[in-house]
Amino acid sequence: MTQRRFSAEHEWVRRDGEIYVVGITDYAQAQLGDVVYVELPLKGRRVEKGKEAATVESVKAASEVYAPLSGEIIETNEALSADPAKVNADPEGEGWVFKLRPDDPQEFEALMDEAAYKRFIEEKP
Amino acid sequence: MAPDAALERTALYPLHARLGARMVAFAGYEMPLHYARGILAEHLHTRAKAGLFDVSHMGQIRLCGAAPERALERLVPGEIAALAPLRMRYTLLLSEEGGILDDLIVTRKEDGLFLVVNAARKKSDYAFLAERLEGAAEVALLKERALLALQGPSSAAVLSRLLPGIERLPFMAAAEIALLGENCLVGRSGYTGEDGFEISLRAEAAPGLAERLLAEPEVEPIGLGARDSLRLEAGLPLYGQDLDEGTSPVEASLAWTIGKRRRQEGGFAGAGRILKELAEGAPRRRVGISPQGRAIAREGTPVSEPGGRAIGRVTSGGFAPSLAAPVAMGYLESAYAAAGTQVELLIRGEGRPAVVAPLPFLPSRHYRG
Repeated sequence: MTQRRFSAEHEWVRRDGEIYVVGITDYAQAQLGDVVYVELPLKGRRVEKGKEAATVESVKAASEVYAPLSGEIIETNEALSADPAKVNADPEGEGWVFKLRPDDPQEFEALMDEAAYKRFIEEKP
Repeated sequence: MAPDAALERTALYPLHARLGARMVAFAGYEMPLHYARGILAEHLHTRAKAGLFDVSHMGQIRLCGAAPERALERLVPGEIAALAPLRMRYTLLLSEEGGILDDLIVTRKEDGLFLVVNAARKKSDYAFLAERLEGAAEVALLKERALLALQGPSSAAVLSRLLPGIERLPFMAAAEIALLGENCLVGRSGYTGEDGFEISLRAEAAPGLAERLLAEPEVEPIGLGARDSLRLEAGLPLYGQDLDEGTSPVEASLAWTIGKRRRQEGGFAGAGRILKELAEGAPRRRVGISPQGRAIAREGTPVSEPGGRAIGRVTSGGFAPSLAAPVAMGYLESAYAAAGTQVELLIRGEGRPAVVAPLPFLPSRHYRG
């Protein structure tokens, strides 16, 4: 069974065996508006939990994608180079941004589950 | 989002709310950033058909008196005295130091001059004009008026259904005319690079006209987000970003707004500096910049020689929906201002290649008769 967790910076993470897939949430894409460019990290790059790993640019603004877990980038979604609007159309599916191998899988457990994230965005002013 | 009590609203606020607009604070007003379809779709719709913009937050100022055009010429470098009745002109309000206090459109009316100024500047413009023109012209800030802009290639066809013949109004000309029974000032003007009209009318009558125009099949409501991307593609500067009090008309590449007679006679605020810069050039220039990659260079992005020293910065930058590419404008040292010059943009700590580009990025499609 797939498990998903969410960060306070509006990234989702899906566990896929030892690999974790990261993207931005539907809430985040709706806030950003039309995505026109995604700057992907280099494969093999080390990222640190809470630090910027990618950038999603909408017509309105540039928004960082923060690494929800520390680890190594093992794959990026090259399809977003040709069609960044996938982030709007299917943010939690085809619009994924990168995959990483975490240093400490326990960091995943510490993120919000779906119910907690739902409460989190509802409580936002 | 909680409404901010300190923000003002235009007469079209209830219509924006009903249309599902996402509202933002802009120049002290709660204004629509975009509607349900989003900025990209609104931008492309305006270029393809017609868009309706609420620009009622902008200032509308009337100058009356014996010779308000002569009085205004002391403060702007444009040819105003020779402006024929019901003709319009883009000009600049100048400080004594030759800096730009605002950019504005002046319309010559039978009973004086009618000015449209930027929202964020209207109170200071009014105070400045009232003080500087005291005894020469009466200055009134018209607070009870709204301003609608209908922009795009279908604008003339749409408006002529309500006003037969309006499609022949020349570019930068105006008509005082009854529209749905309301006395309006209709100008063939706008800030998108497209053909279009701007309509000034009493605020109470604006929602009715807006709804009537939106009922036409070609017309969609357009927010400030697309207004910004449209004017950027059209190479038009935005006051507060691309123009400010520290910038002269020559630096801003707006020397074309300085009339021939005005160049010969001078006699306007800042003429010393401006005439000198016309003759000798300015140290920096506003230019278009085309990033070579996909990354967007936003306001404040440093510009340097390729691999070298800093030579300027971006003042407006974004994604150009009609070109499907990023575009920017900014100020560079004059030696680097020629189109085709290779430069570098520092985006997220990384130097990225770009080239100086002619403005506008997209050819303007104003009505040429």
